[in-house]
Amino acid sequence: MKRDITLKVNGIKYNLNIETHRTLVEVLRETLGLTGTKKSCNEGECGTCTVLIDNKPAASCLVLAVEAQGREIITIEGLAEGTKLHPLQEAFVKHMAIQCGFCTPGMVMAAKAFLDENPSPTAAEIRKAISGNLCRCTGYQQIVDAVMAASAALRGEA
Amino acid sequence: MFIRRLPKFEYHTPSTVREAIAIAGKHNGDAKFIAGGTDLLLAMKKREIMPAHLVSLNGIGELRYLTVLANGKPSEEAGGLKIGALTTLAQLLASDAVKKDYAPLWDAVDVMASAQIRSLATIGGNLCSAVPSADTAPPLLAMDASIEIVNHSGKRTIPLNEFFNGPRQTTLGHKEILTHILIPKMDSSSGGCYLKLMRRNAMDLALVAVAVCLKLDETKKVCKEARIALGAVAPTPIRVPEAEAMLAGKKIDEMQITEAAKIAGMQCHPISDIRATLEYRCSMVEVLTKRAIERTLQRIQA
Repeated sequence: MKRDITLKVNGIKYNLNIETHRTLVEVLRETLGLTGTKKSCNEGECGTCTVLIDNKPAASCLVLAVEAQGREIITIEGLAEGTKLHPLQEAFVKHMAIQCGFCTPGMVMAAKAFLDENPSPTAAEIRKAISGNLCRCTGYQQIVDAVMAASAALRGEA
Repeated sequence: MFIRRLPKFEYHTPSTVREAIAIAGKHNGDAKFIAGGTDLLLAMKKREIMPAHLVSLNGIGELRYLTVLANGKPSEEAGGLKIGALTTLAQLLASDAVKKDYAPLWDAVDVMASAQIRSLATIGGNLCSAVPSADTAPPLLAMDASIEIVNHSGKRTIPLNEFFNGPRQTTLGHKEILTHILIPKMDSSSGGCYLKLMRRNAMDLALVAVAVCLKLDETKKVCKEARIALGAVAPTPIRVPEAEAMLAGKKIDEMQITEAAKIAGMQCHPISDIRATLEYRCSMVEVLTKRAIERTLQRIQA
């Protein structure tokens, strides 16, 4: 039960022939080799598989790849421009918001979607925005600091 | 628990409601409709259900929108909000109309799951999954919502409180689709709210949930109508008419509110489970009902 689909990921169109029961995270990682997006709980609880679909954050473990056809998908690999990191990525490094790093891609993508909608957030709003992303290392404070710093940088204030 | 990959199934992509029903009809009970997929795909990964066919509703664009109904049209006399069943929780959260005029529903969506789930999950899916803790159910019950159901022979509109049969059970047949939710318009002397008790502030099911809707008179002191709905404390989301009767037709004061809350706590019939005991849930229904009535009054009188 395969289908021909076209997936648009990070601006590139991929013509694929895939099994209909494969989820988007599986196709991103295993077929396209985009292993930046992580798969952890596989049930929508942890947020590591967060990607943007039409600029909205989505748990890619709960999306059939065939249902993502025709939509704009952005993964962590789509943020940096060449060797220049996205301000969020720079802020995560600078504020040591990364320890083991497994939650980081999902965390950054959730933060990206959030800052696109709310460019001047409070710390409480940031905490709410990343409440679907689990981090077992940092205790979240550095992540909130990083997102706050990135929001200032994106507004051109840092 | 280790969550496995999805089992295999045949996937169908109809572009109209009629076509979707025809496909489901052909596979006689061995097909499931998929909307947001956040409940269904998980149940399939856990092998709780293994349908041979999935019929995707996501190509049916007409069900993806919410419309504020204008006054005056014959069929839409009273006005209100018509929500396509495929409208996502994120769309509801972003809607000014929902936030301003249908606040209990907005309160509910605001505390559901996470951003990455809300952009996928649909309001129709939340109702059709019919878990006792479904967050959109109590506010819709309290706002006296009805639903439109389509099958091969036509469509029918029923009050939402005739929809739920039991945990994960509804009156919806295999070959029927819930297409729209209709909420009557609330005037300026009406209002409501939804309160949800959780173990943490996100990504959790309700231990207890309470939705309240009140309609006051012109002086905003006497209650003309009251509707109170509870979630997670019975096999289905429920209304508590006995508690509502304590408020309707009366000038509301502290004593009445306390009494209505007490009755709500006695009328629910929750279970004890890993998340809370029966006794705790009953006690919290009383606390939350009181709080929800008070907040509703504040909102209307503000």
